[in-house]
Parts: sequence; C-alpha cells; structure tokens
Amino acid sequence: MVGLSHFVALSAILFAIGTAGVLLRRNVIVIFMSIEVMLNAVNLAFVSFARSLGDAQGQVIVFFVMTVAAAEAAVGLAIIMAAFRARQTVDVDEMNRLRW
Amino acid sequence: MAAVVFFPLAALLVILALTVVLHPDPVKSALALVGTLFLLAVFFVFLSAEVVAALQVIVYAGAIMVLFLFVIMLLNPGAERSERRGPVAGTVVGGLALVLAWQTGWLAAGGKIGAEGLRPERGYGGVFALARSLFTDFLLPFELTSVLLLVAIVGAVVLAKRRLS
Repeated sequence: MVGLSHFVALSAILFAIGTAGVLLRRNVIVIFMSIEVMLNAVNLAFVSFARSLGDAQGQVIVFFVMTVAAAEAAVGLAIIMAAFRARQTVDVDEMNRLRW
Repeated sequence: MAAVVFFPLAALLVILALTVVLHPDPVKSALALVGTLFLLAVFFVFLSAEVVAALQVIVYAGAIMVLFLFVIMLLNPGAERSERRGPVAGTVVGGLALVLAWQTGWLAAGGKIGAEGLRPERGYGGVFALARSLFTDFLLPFELTSVLLLVAIVGAVVLAKRRLS
C-alpha cells in the first residue's frame, strides 16, 4: 500500500534533483528549468499533505505557486533574452558583470 | 493507489527529472520537463486533486513550456561546453543527496506520517470546493495574484523589446 510517506519521499527526491541542476549546470535556461522541477516537487508535497489531512487549502496554495511560476517564467525568460542580446551567451559564468 | 502503479511511474518521473538536469541539449531537457509535468499531473489525479491536475497540464505543460521552447529555439545556444563545476558545488550536491537518502529511508521504512487509505469526502478536490476556498479564505491573495500577473506582463514586455531610439 502506498501512503503519504512515499509521496513525500518522491517529492524530496525531485527537489534534490532540481537543486543539483541549479548548482551544477551552466546554461541559464536549464537552471531555470531545474527551478521549475523544484517548484513542482513542492507542489507534490502540498497536494499529498492536502489529501492526507482532507483539507483542500493545500491545493489552493498549489494554485498560487503555479501563478507565481508563470509570472517568474515570463519575466525570467525576458531577462535571459535581454542578457543574451547584450552578451551573446547563456552561460552563467560569462554573465559576471552587473552592468553591461 | 496500488504499489504496482506507483513505483514504475515514480521511477519514470525520477528518470525524466534527471534527464532535465543532465541532458546537454536544452531542447531535449525541455521535452523531458514536459514529460515530468505530465507525470506529476497523473500523481495529482491519484491524490484526488483533479482541478490541480488539469491546471498542471494547461498552465505548466501548455503555456510555460511553450514559452521555454520558444526562447530556447530563438536563442539557439547549442550544447554547453564543459560541465565541470568546482569542488564546492559537488560537495553541496553530495551532502544534499546523503541527507535525502537518510530522510527517504526514514520516511519509507517507518511510515512515520500515516493517514493511509483516508477516504476523501464527497467533492474533495473538485471545482466547487476549491473555488469556495479560493474566493473566501484566499480572496486577498487571489486579487494580489492578478496584480502580480499584470506587473509580470508589463515587465516582460519592457525587458524583451528592443530599444526605440
């Protein structure tokens, strides 16, 4: 029988994978996608606990996380495009100046 | 949810998430992320969160991933050069993996947090229950969300357009 602990463990594994991506990759777009993996891991934990407690409020929080993720993706990708236009690179190690 | 369904899907989910993080080609990373998001929607359905699962497919796998793929193909950066990182990042990731292994074993073996096989009440996870919570308890955050989205739209347009001069 699969219980809450399995879902929370899966969520923890996904979060760690996302963190590893943020720390290890150089491509700023891939780092961004790793952040999405981390956000989704947290969403899974929220939905699992909401189901376990029989309370729909956890699902409402997931709704807000998705909204913030959409806003973050739009603004973040716009910043990446602006940075690429200025420096012709998506490598985070090359983006080492605050002004260009 | 039966273990015979859960464990293969969980394994596939972890493999896809690892592909997102490890694949050198960003386009294939993005496609693996689409698969990850769809599988998470399946898990949401198993947790009787149907509305969240539908939103996951429409908003995440639909809208956000299209944005990602569009930017990747517009910039066309190609594969990365060296993947090597310094010892600090490796140590942090290794330590994180150790803590995670310990936590996972503790959770899965002991089953410390129970509430297994809890039957959800009628209408749990449906549109009605979610909307009632959203428009009563969370009304102010909901309205703030609309302001946030407006700010994000304006900010994205200002950042992405070329200078007019």
